[in-house]
Amino acid sequence: MNVLVCVKRVPETGGRVTLSADAREIDTRYLGFTVSPHEECATEEAVRLIEANGGSSTVLTLGPEAASDQLRAAMAIGVDRAILLETDGQDWDPMATAGAIADAIRAESAAGVDYDVLLFGNEAADSGDFQVGIRVALALGLPCISGVKSLEIKDGVATARREAGGGWEVFEVPLPAVVAVREGINLPRYPSVPGRLRAKKKEIERFVPTARPAGPEKIRLRLPAETEGRVEILGSGAEAAPAVVDLLQRIGVLA
Amino acid sequence: MILTFVEQADGRPDRSSLEALTAARPLAEALAVPLAAVLFGSGAVAVADELAAYGVGAVHVIEDERLTAYAPAAWGRSVAQLVSATSSTVVLAAGTDRGQEVLAYAAALLEAPMAANCIEIRPGERFEVTRQRWGGSLLEDARLDGSVCFMTIAEHANQPEEARAPGPVSVSPFTPTLTDPDLRVRVVARVAPEVGKISLADARVVVGGGRGVGGAEAFSELEELAGLLRGAVGVSRVVTSAGWRPHSQQVGQTGTRIAPDLYIACGISGAIQHIVGCKAAKAILAINTDREAPIMARASYAVIGDLHAVVPAISAEIRRRQAS
Amino acid sequence: MIGAGIVGNSMAYHLARLGWRDIVLIDKGALPNPGGSTGHASNFIFTTDHNKEMTAFTLDSVRQYKELGVFTQSGGIEVARTPERMEEFKRRLASAHSWGIDAELITPDRIRELVPYIEESILLGGFYTPGVGVVDSLRAGTLMREAAVEMGALTVSALTETTGIDVVDGRVTAVHTDRGIIQTEAIVIACGIWSPRIARMAGASIPLTPAVHQMISVGPVPAFADTVGEITFPIVRDMDTNMYERQHGGDLEVGSYAHRPILMSPDDIPSIAESAQSPTELPFTDDDFDVQMEQALELVPEILRDERVGVRYAINGLLSLTPDGMPILGETPEVHGLWSVAAVWIKEAPGIARAVAEWMTHGTPEIDPHSSDIARFYDHQRVSAHVDARSAEGFNKTYGIVHPMEQWASNRNVRLSPVNIRQRELGAVFFEAAGWERPFWYGANEHLLAEYGERVMPRAAEWESRWWSPIINAEHLAMRDRVGLVDLAAFAIFDVSGPGSMEYLQGLVVNQVDVKVGRVIYTPLLNGAGGIVADLTLIRLGRDHFRVVTGGGLGMRDKKWFADHLPADGRVQVHDLTSALYTVGVWGPRSRDLVQSLTSADLSNAAFPFGTARTVDIGSVRTLMSRISYVGELGWEIYAPMEQGLKLWDLLWTAGQPHGVVPVGIGVYATTGRLEKGYRAHGNELELDFDLVEAGMARPTVKDADFVGKTAYLAQRDAAPVSILCTLTVDDPTSASGVRRYMLGREPITKPDGGFLVDAKGRRSYATSAGSAPSIGKHVLLSYLPPEYAVEGTKLAVEYFGERYPVTVAVVGSTPIFDPENARIRA
Repeated sequence: MNVLVCVKRVPETGGRVTLSADAREIDTRYLGFTVSPHEECATEEAVRLIEANGGSSTVLTLGPEAASDQLRAAMAIGVDRAILLETDGQDWDPMATAGAIADAIRAESAAGVDYDVLLFGNEAADSGDFQVGIRVALALGLPCISGVKSLEIKDGVATARREAGGGWEVFEVPLPAVVAVREGINLPRYPSVPGRLRAKKKEIERFVPTARPAGPEKIRLRLPAETEGRVEILGSGAEAAPAVVDLLQRIGVLA
Repeated sequence: MILTFVEQADGRPDRSSLEALTAARPLAEALAVPLAAVLFGSGAVAVADELAAYGVGAVHVIEDERLTAYAPAAWGRSVAQLVSATSSTVVLAAGTDRGQEVLAYAAALLEAPMAANCIEIRPGERFEVTRQRWGGSLLEDARLDGSVCFMTIAEHANQPEEARAPGPVSVSPFTPTLTDPDLRVRVVARVAPEVGKISLADARVVVGGGRGVGGAEAFSELEELAGLLRGAVGVSRVVTSAGWRPHSQQVGQTGTRIAPDLYIACGISGAIQHIVGCKAAKAILAINTDREAPIMARASYAVIGDLHAVVPAISAEIRRRQAS
Repeated sequence: MIGAGIVGNSMAYHLARLGWRDIVLIDKGALPNPGGSTGHASNFIFTTDHNKEMTAFTLDSVRQYKELGVFTQSGGIEVARTPERMEEFKRRLASAHSWGIDAELITPDRIRELVPYIEESILLGGFYTPGVGVVDSLRAGTLMREAAVEMGALTVSALTETTGIDVVDGRVTAVHTDRGIIQTEAIVIACGIWSPRIARMAGASIPLTPAVHQMISVGPVPAFADTVGEITFPIVRDMDTNMYERQHGGDLEVGSYAHRPILMSPDDIPSIAESAQSPTELPFTDDDFDVQMEQALELVPEILRDERVGVRYAINGLLSLTPDGMPILGETPEVHGLWSVAAVWIKEAPGIARAVAEWMTHGTPEIDPHSSDIARFYDHQRVSAHVDARSAEGFNKTYGIVHPMEQWASNRNVRLSPVNIRQRELGAVFFEAAGWERPFWYGANEHLLAEYGERVMPRAAEWESRWWSPIINAEHLAMRDRVGLVDLAAFAIFDVSGPGSMEYLQGLVVNQVDVKVGRVIYTPLLNGAGGIVADLTLIRLGRDHFRVVTGGGLGMRDKKWFADHLPADGRVQVHDLTSALYTVGVWGPRSRDLVQSLTSADLSNAAFPFGTARTVDIGSVRTLMSRISYVGELGWEIYAPMEQGLKLWDLLWTAGQPHGVVPVGIGVYATTGRLEKGYRAHGNELELDFDLVEAGMARPTVKDADFVGKTAYLAQRDAAPVSILCTLTVDDPTSASGVRRYMLGREPITKPDGGFLVDAKGRRSYATSAGSAPSIGKHVLLSYLPPEYAVEGTKLAVEYFGERYPVTVAVVGSTPIFDPENARIRA
């Protein structure tokens, strides 16, 4: 079995975000980089699929040379190969991104590597476009399941479940298929030290993708207006309980 | 024409779809084009009147028995074909799982751009939108160019509002042309929610727990309070990463977005990735030992103290009042 | 008190304990972890440092942490992969013995027994300290803060950012914060890596730089699954790779000081709000850690090769580095009432806080902080170019084998003597002091080696021949035989003038200053508790005019001491003439003949006796000549305007040729010449924890005038000394392997059987100084000995690189071992 997982390098935010002077990017002076939690899980899922079924896993990203760090992080937890579609670091829109990934997968196929499962995160942490996996699937004529939080592969069929209205929706598709996963599908492992060292020594296959920008076109980023609410302190410790219950009754969540 | 994909269940449109229609209406007015809706499934006709109240002039009902079960690719192709058939120039949907998914298929089929989770759309020679990035902790102004533009409207970004002067509504069926590959992806089974279980996304009260809860066992205190309030338990990412609670209870950018009347955040410091998942709550009550935790800036109410003392005391007080 | 890390909390506690009230502790972060370096510290404490001061602070801190109940003793092993490191451990053991620490050298098998997950086959041995442990520094800070609040002494205000400091007439008056203004007469900056920024608000400087220390944490470690608590196994320091590995609950922390120095500017640290984790926990840069990872794998393969053990946490933690590796403590010289307690690590923080609190309260810390005193810096040491260069150079020495004489490579040639060009021509080998390039010996004197042969006491062992040359001893002998020129441009010189000068100095120094104009006075200075803070020379130049001459290394500290005691009425002024005056020493039996040939002034003993100073024209240069000597010879220190220094040197040099003049380096001036005469040096023999009686420097009488420390000094004179400074000679320096070994200082002095000598105050005897005494052909040591051993002829031993060498007490007290009658000086 061949599994491909696509990831995107994004800054590891945590504190207050500040923007670059031209307001087109996040100021990353103090930030590390990572991939979205969905993609961490997609990567873990790729490794588990290969552990269970044998074969080879490949991680792919479209991004600057520095995105090699994220490819190596994936290889550190067990992904076998890495492909970097190298850009100058500017954001690519989702159509252009999907086009470049589809091109790369076709090129892989031409070189004799056909993927049975193509894993994506449900949406990128930064741009949140919710469409790259679907566009790639359509470009390649493959079925695609999004929002997946449970995946089983058996006899060439993928059975995927996703949350819906407190219950689950179950999908079944024949392989090959695109699967866009959500955090929660698994609990990703941490890289081991030997894993990291192995990843350091691995080759990264590099290609220069063709850009076909189509939109949306980013003009600028903005920070949302802060709604600095005034907090009403109801009390301290257990003694505050009556005041809390008064509140519950006042706002009508408790009869 | 502006076409809006409307989700419905049992003959009632989803609230998120009404939010999308509320955002679509001024756009239709500004462009001086009619506002139409597209629906799937039985009972769709019944929804038409309600949609009229939101300014919808035409309701297109996709009729195909193969589409009774949700089939994202086929639904997307149906919408794409309807867009072409009606010469729609703008296609909207709510920023729900299905809204994003169906529109992404349709946009991809028409090779058109799609902007997800918009909170503002400014018509012009080209559309300019303001959309959410990073789960809503950052905004992007973007331009959209194409003969058809697809946009989803971020959930909870506005309140559904009926039109001041609703007009008549026409209902017309539309029969898409589908092939087998379109139907490969569809719901083959459903697992119903546990009986009596209140879903996190719909709960009126969510009792949230973070790192401060301290371990898997201690969540019983939160469960008890949630039970008394007929609410649900939600958790921060720290809690699911530690394996204390299942991911289905995670509130935040990569978990569930909640919009309860009250969110009781216990021992949650308030990382931005969590806040974007709960900021649609009407009110937040923070229970925290640290008066200066970031959650306090978001909370309307707070109790300073150890949640392990405060939460059981609240439960006891509720019981006491219920007993008397 | 600005900053609520371990330092600020400890300071608040100790000030409260010493009676301060109305203390306010502010921090811009939240409590208990406001986001500084304390919050991410690895929190372990190894006690032995070659530096006595650091060890004392550390031991005191361990005692305090234990009292607080936050210390977990785990033991610690520093491991060696190389033979050089094993030698270093022998030296380390000697330091442990000198400072009274229980430690032992252990075999690889024993290491494996103590730390079962270690790969002992790559190790040669270890330095095991059972008393090593870890602390909960956040908890310790909280407890101390709460104790101060309990005493009614402290108000705590977190989330309060300092925005400015008001200074009026050179004294602090208020702190501005984003939550209001606090009026105060004393401000303590305990802001770690932010300290330079806060000091700058008041116009002061704290010369440190934030730097990255990389750390990863891996787990869960199966070997730790069944252990209870934070730590069970000894902490391992892998010295040769600059790394440490320590258990932390179920995880193993691996830290490194081996990567390239990564310095930051204090202005480039993210704010708390902007930080993904905390301002001092920056994103990990794994490329910098790769090599270390491989090395860690070699040492703890059982844990790190386990694929189930994951890297769960990895940071580039920020900590403070200083240009000389020491903390920055005390009142800033620029602003009164502004105190720095910066560049302090967890292991020494409570001890340092106690010392600084005592210093602030009554001026007399129990542990001598002189190497850490903020007043030690010259301006050239406060600029970022210097701070960054030296901090970067020092970073990789964190676990290094650092020779006591090791020289810095970066930012050299900062202060040059006017005769530097001649020194280069003479093949000078330069050592640095306070930025000055000083010849330690001259290559041009190599020909003297043949002249003196074995008398130069050649050294065969690599360690003590490093940063040394037999030429030093040859120069010494040539000076004793003929005459030497010693460049002393590095002297710090201040003039004290004004109508109150005599009265002012009389109240400041121990010895009588009411002497005739033209007299030279050598005197110690004491603090209020009778501790020795300095020793220096005064020259009375006029009724109301004195010149102070002191060592370059201590000059800035001494200057602050003088400035701090100036009367408020302006009747005395202190002017720094360091950069204006050049000094050259001319010493040796033929020095009088040499100088006399250049002047018509009468230089005879009768006309120009020892201990006097006069203006003398030498050729075309008008000089001040002062007849004193630090090397025990006839001769003078000659002062001239800096720009005439070269002319003066050239005149002396040319005139000296018929007298066989040799250029003599600081190796003679500071070591061999000094030791043969038993002259005490500040920082070696003279420190706060010894008194003048013990040092053998008490004069027969005490002047009537009152002076700082007099009461304590009188009490010391009345009591029997607890230790007495003695000169010891090494009887036989031959090691077991037949090599002659020469101690360099700080080695433990023991009984012949190795038993330690401990005085009634609990202090162990160690060599305060060590060096060749070429005139008597012996290696000599100075050491404070308990009275029962301070008896001439007593046979003792010195521990050096794991062996004991027999020594004999040659002289008790200050009598020189060479020329005890001082006939040469008075010739």
